[in-house]
Amino acid sequence: MIRVSGLEKSFGDLKAVDGISFEAPDGRITGLLGPNGAGKSTTLRVLYTVLKPDKGSAHIDGADVVTESLEARSRIGTLPHGSGLYPHLTARENIAYYGRLYGIDPGELPEKVDRVIRQLDIAEFADRRTKGFSQGQRTKVALARALVHEPRNVILDEPSNGLDVMATRSLRDLIRQLKAQGKCVLFSSHVMQEVAALCDEIVIIAGGKVSLHDSPEGIRNATGCDDLEDAFVRAIDFVGGERR
Amino acid sequence: MFETLRIVFRKEVLDNFRDRRTLLSALLLGPLFGPVIFAFAINLSLKQSLSDASEALDLPVLGSEHAPNLVGYLRSHNINITQAPASYEDARDAVEAGVHDVVVVIEDAFGSDLLEGTPATVAVITDQANRQADRESRRAMQALNAYSQELASIRLSARGVSPMVMRPLNIDLIDVSTPSGRSAMLLGMLSYFFIFALLTGGMNLAIDATAGERERGSLEPLLCLPVRRDQLIYGKIAATCLFMAMSLFISLLSFYVTLKFIPLEKLGMTPNFGPAVVGTAFLLLLPFTLLGASLMTLVASFTKSYKEAQTWVSIVLIAPTLPILIVSLLMVRPSTILMLVPSLSQHLLLVGLIRNEPLDLLHVAVSVVGTLVAGAVLAWVCARLYRREGLLG
Repeated sequence: MIRVSGLEKSFGDLKAVDGISFEAPDGRITGLLGPNGAGKSTTLRVLYTVLKPDKGSAHIDGADVVTESLEARSRIGTLPHGSGLYPHLTARENIAYYGRLYGIDPGELPEKVDRVIRQLDIAEFADRRTKGFSQGQRTKVALARALVHEPRNVILDEPSNGLDVMATRSLRDLIRQLKAQGKCVLFSSHVMQEVAALCDEIVIIAGGKVSLHDSPEGIRNATGCDDLEDAFVRAIDFVGGERR
Repeated sequence: MFETLRIVFRKEVLDNFRDRRTLLSALLLGPLFGPVIFAFAINLSLKQSLSDASEALDLPVLGSEHAPNLVGYLRSHNINITQAPASYEDARDAVEAGVHDVVVVIEDAFGSDLLEGTPATVAVITDQANRQADRESRRAMQALNAYSQELASIRLSARGVSPMVMRPLNIDLIDVSTPSGRSAMLLGMLSYFFIFALLTGGMNLAIDATAGERERGSLEPLLCLPVRRDQLIYGKIAATCLFMAMSLFISLLSFYVTLKFIPLEKLGMTPNFGPAVVGTAFLLLLPFTLLGASLMTLVASFTKSYKEAQTWVSIVLIAPTLPILIVSLLMVRPSTILMLVPSLSQHLLLVGLIRNEPLDLLHVAVSVVGTLVAGAVLAWVCARLYRREGLLG
């Protein structure tokens, strides 16, 4: 479970995140939705402890991301935006490297690596060097790498970026699988359809603030729009109106 | 606690052994660059010093038929008279075009001028911007001056005046330089090449650790792992050290082989560069790997891209040579204080070693400890930097 309360983060004069609070429960898929530059990535980066918040706090399974950052990091699997692989290592070696750094017992490592390779259906190219992999293949390997230690919480930053239709479909299947396993899945996107197709809960962010947090159904009701895309635009305007 | 360090170290070594760019610069270019340049420089200076007085000078003389005595005198002074261009203008053109370095032109009136006792003109055409030509023209001028002196003495004697009148001063030039002093510059080059090879060996790894990972997008996921970030960077620095040590070793080895083929004795140099010296030099330079690796990693972490990092890290390649250069110019003697300066201390110890001087153990200790401490401090600064948010760029 991921809990964020009153998060604030500025870069110089720019207030990227301005008091964001939400909760992402276990066994559910929570989507962070917002236009480019809304503060989604910054929020996620605070969650996986790469950035420190100026104010507010965030907890992962109760571990504070600032004071207990090692503990918090060990409880998440992350796919940061534009995750890169090591081109001279094979897919399997890339995954195993992370497995070792996650502290997986060397005896169990091969088995766990095999498991994620099967789970993500990448056996076909698992023993090739990742140089020259397609974007879809790379995303899958990066995901396998993030899941090798079987984390309770999974954070994905715009995971479907640059993926074709087939790769996007298999990514969605995987996210649903994770939910079925009872994990807490939090992902960000600026694509309405994707969020609508997957999420149990949607957190709409605009201008560094949460403008709406509800189920897809609830958001339609709250904005009075049947179409989620209209609802999204309306929700963004909410924040804009408040700020002015 | 060092588990993370070990994992990162192993991965970096494997990764870079598969990277052709790293291997090329670490194990081939860096170590071979030195011996090639050195062999070239030595051969050049061998040529220059050996071709001096001992070798006959080929000198084209135009109008030699006007001065048979002068020509005879030149021949007796180890100068071969060769075919000259047909005219004064041709001779000028030939020197300008670099066909000849020096051409001596004797005028038609040479014989009659001599008879009358008026100064007879001899032109020496040369290009003084050309060093080789400069030396040859100097030799030609010396010979001509000597001939002129001799004629003057004969004329004075014929008039009953002692030729000593012409020599109020007797000037002796006494050169006290020794062969080993002359070879100091060349020996200084040696330690520079070793440090250069050492640094080149780890360059790609050092860049890869920060700028490279960032550019590839693999830094952010790496920082999300539940490991201490200082361990990550120490692992990377350790791997960089290993490559630097390998590069250094290959460089020492290639010098060992090269020196066997260079006739240094002809230069009056008998460098002491046997297997024992190679081994000792390796151990003396080894502490410098930590400093070099940390310094390069540090510089690379401030840059935004691989390209930018390469530019800045290349400057680091030059930095350790500055103390060496200054000391070579000033001819400073080793002292305990100087042993505190990394790269300089290794240079001084190495020069002493090659000159077959006994190693001062205090100097060695100060050099090793001083360099290691400087390296450890820089590594610590790198680790601090790795905890910064700005690292992600």
